[in-house]
Amino acid sequence: MSDAGPDMNDQAPAVEIRGASKIFNPGRHNEVKALEDIDLHIDQGDFVTLIGPSGCGKSTLLRLIAALVDPSDGTVLVNGKTADAARLDRDYSMVFQRAGLFDWRNVSRNIELPLELMGWKAADRRRRSAEMLELVKLTEFARHHPAELSGGMQQRIAIARAMSFHPQLLLMDEPFGALDEMTREHMQNELLRICSETRITVVFVTHSIGEAVFLSTEVAVMSPRPGRIAAVIDNDLGPRTDATRDDPAFFSNVTAVRDALRGGH
Amino acid sequence: MIDPARQASAETEIDTADGAPAAVDDPIVFEQLLRLQAAREQRRARMRRTGRQVVVLAVFICLLGLAYSAYKAVGTAIDDAQSGWPVIGSILPESDDLKMPPVLDIVSGVFEEPRGTDEPFWSIVGKEAAFTLREAAVGFAVGVMVGLSIAVVLTTSGRLERALVPHVIASQTIPLIAIAPIIVIWGRKSFDFLPFEWQDWMSVSIIATYLTFFPVTINGLRGLQSPRPENLELMDSYAARWGQTLWRLRLPASLPYLFAAFKIAATASVVGAIVGEISAGVKGGLGRRVLLEAQRYTTGPERLYVAVLGAAALGIFVFAVISTIEYGLVGRKGRETVT
Repeated sequence: MSDAGPDMNDQAPAVEIRGASKIFNPGRHNEVKALEDIDLHIDQGDFVTLIGPSGCGKSTLLRLIAALVDPSDGTVLVNGKTADAARLDRDYSMVFQRAGLFDWRNVSRNIELPLELMGWKAADRRRRSAEMLELVKLTEFARHHPAELSGGMQQRIAIARAMSFHPQLLLMDEPFGALDEMTREHMQNELLRICSETRITVVFVTHSIGEAVFLSTEVAVMSPRPGRIAAVIDNDLGPRTDATRDDPAFFSNVTAVRDALRGGH
Repeated sequence: MIDPARQASAETEIDTADGAPAAVDDPIVFEQLLRLQAAREQRRARMRRTGRQVVVLAVFICLLGLAYSAYKAVGTAIDDAQSGWPVIGSILPESDDLKMPPVLDIVSGVFEEPRGTDEPFWSIVGKEAAFTLREAAVGFAVGVMVGLSIAVVLTTSGRLERALVPHVIASQTIPLIAIAPIIVIWGRKSFDFLPFEWQDWMSVSIIATYLTFFPVTINGLRGLQSPRPENLELMDSYAARWGQTLWRLRLPASLPYLFAAFKIAATASVVGAIVGEISAGVKGGLGRRVLLEAQRYTTGPERLYVAVLGAAALGIFVFAVISTIEYGLVGRKGRETVT
């Protein structure tokens, strides 16, 4: 059902990073070594979280994949092509910590934004926007404006907007970081439901260990200054339910991630 | 979701307002009716607000007239008994009917037909205000286009912005009365390559443009740069072209900034048109009227006051027009957050 047809890119890994580094302001007094020697392999359909203390470069790594930042060294491939080619092909979509909806557009028109940029016809846009609203269960708010919605609802609209053109890869930069704990857990459940319905690949940046372990199939633990991947922890907890949060396996993986984070110092 | 009591009262209200049948079992139809009713209430509230504003304005004008008369009384008393009030007389300027014509004279001056005409003065001033309004409106429109274009160009590069903004600012330090005659002469002598015949009032529009583009450029630049970095990143992540980002993000985000500039620019365009008329010697508008009534002040001081009040009214009018457009485009405040 998805837009991704029998494309040869489907066989390529979703993300393949080899020896990537990033230095901001090289050669100047404010030079910052953000990332060093990053190797990362993400298969299609994986849910990978990047976790680490603040300033470890996890957001920079995500922006490297998104081609919003160019690597100083190394290669970044998305679906087998350069990150920038993947950006221009609209292979991925991004969700930020702030929902970043446009105040002057109603919810439905916000979701249509990427479709407009891609030149979709109005009728098709409207149909897809309605589908997306159904996916995030906010159909009755189609004509509301973002300022009328709570933070959690806004973030769900941002996810609907990101998924509207059926990208193969979803890049999420601490998307639930500004939400309260209750909303956050609810959003995590919703995200997993949406992912299982769409079989999308996700790279998810967070600084919450519990969130990382609950959501992902793999946790990449990063160490700071310069940012490196200290460990990649397999996190196979099977299908998630609310009971997963009380599962002993969940807690043992939380401990494993915590230890890896400590070892990184 | 909707409590029955509210539903019932809403239905009766809809009933009484439209005389429509209250058979609304369908929740979608009902919701639509509620929405219609809300829109109607909003319209009513807006009319009430406008009504209040008119009353406030009327009261303010009356108070102004009162203050004027009160001071005139004091000033005249000082004038009559200057030797008796040496201290006050040296602080407060004296007054008389020539310096400050009575309020009633000014009011009747509005309706009188000046000698040599068979038209009430308000009608003459009104026509001249319309003439000036045309110059100002054309100047404003051109100024907005020029100002916005400069702002868009400056947005493309920080280096360009740093290089050009000082020149934009310097342009405003050149005295208007110096360039006005130059522009009129250019218009008469040099603009003959144009496909239409150049009129003097068009030169005045250019002078108005000169005052108009500046606030639009400065505020427009600010507004175009106002989107958050993550919103610009979002557009980049969608591989949006430069023009798409401009049209769908930067321009809508700059509207509140632009309207603040438009209000300044609209009033400035009226000032520019009047000053332009005076210094360029263009006939037919309020500037010429002010000059004329100043020259024959002693034979009818109230007429100069009426001309100046006409200019003020024109300024208020253009401001109100911009505010109304702004309300329609960006003024949807007071929405409630659903939590």
